[in-house]
Amino acid sequence: MNTMLYVSGFVAVISTLMVITRKNSVHALLYLIVSLLSVALVFFVLGAPFVAALEVIIYAGAIMVLFIFVIMMLNVNKDSVQQEIQWMSPAGWVGPACLSAVLLGELIYVMTSSSLRMIYVGMVGPKQVGISLFGPYFIAVELASMLLLSGLIGATHLGRRNDSNNNKKNVERKSS
Amino acid sequence: MSGEFGFLLAGVLFALGLIGVLIRRNIIFILMSIEVMLNAAGLAFVVAGARWQQPDGQVMFIFILVMAAAEVSVGLALALQFFRHFRTLDADAAGRMRG
Repeated sequence: MNTMLYVSGFVAVISTLMVITRKNSVHALLYLIVSLLSVALVFFVLGAPFVAALEVIIYAGAIMVLFIFVIMMLNVNKDSVQQEIQWMSPAGWVGPACLSAVLLGELIYVMTSSSLRMIYVGMVGPKQVGISLFGPYFIAVELASMLLLSGLIGATHLGRRNDSNNNKKNVERKSS
Repeated sequence: MSGEFGFLLAGVLFALGLIGVLIRRNIIFILMSIEVMLNAAGLAFVVAGARWQQPDGQVMFIFILVMAAAEVSVGLALALQFFRHFRTLDADAAGRMRG
């Protein structure tokens, strides 16, 4: 199990190194997803399976999809076809594919090994986390909900198109 | 031993994210590096929680996750506005304040 921890930590460091050195933002995003997946495996090995699942679902799922959509919206280059051909070349995805193949091998090893031994004696399961989250940390949960609401309002306010002229025209049309 | 490795890994990932913020000028890459740094901070919390067998580390990770989600939604909306205004993603294009 120690080997698992070291291998996934190594994968995380290498893929993060690739994130900050890539020229193409989509390549960097692929490496970032690999990095998040390997950190999730570290969580699993350390005996925190609930947080590992959250890392995959929210970080590698939701937040990365947000990044992908914004990169898609920002892609206004004239030579986007040329870029697309370049993206389809194997040089773009061989690196992340190899690193995630290492992670897949680790996952298969964990699933097929006879006993699911964690490194520490007891694992901290979701039940304990939930009891703690809605017990002593209840006020922080409320604050987190307010933070998410403010993030939602801020994103909708900042993300809309700045078309005050159109709004004025609409108002004039309605009044006339 | 593995607890020390976890903390070391969190420190290395945080340093890599910080280097990314410092050396890249593309706003999207800066946001990605901030994500790496937040993830490293959460990793440190979870490693500490596993080291002392307490659920508080995972609770803190959930709060960091919430904060990262709120931060990245506002940050990406800001990046969109930035691109519409300056027609570039270079963060140095906004190096001058007006007012």
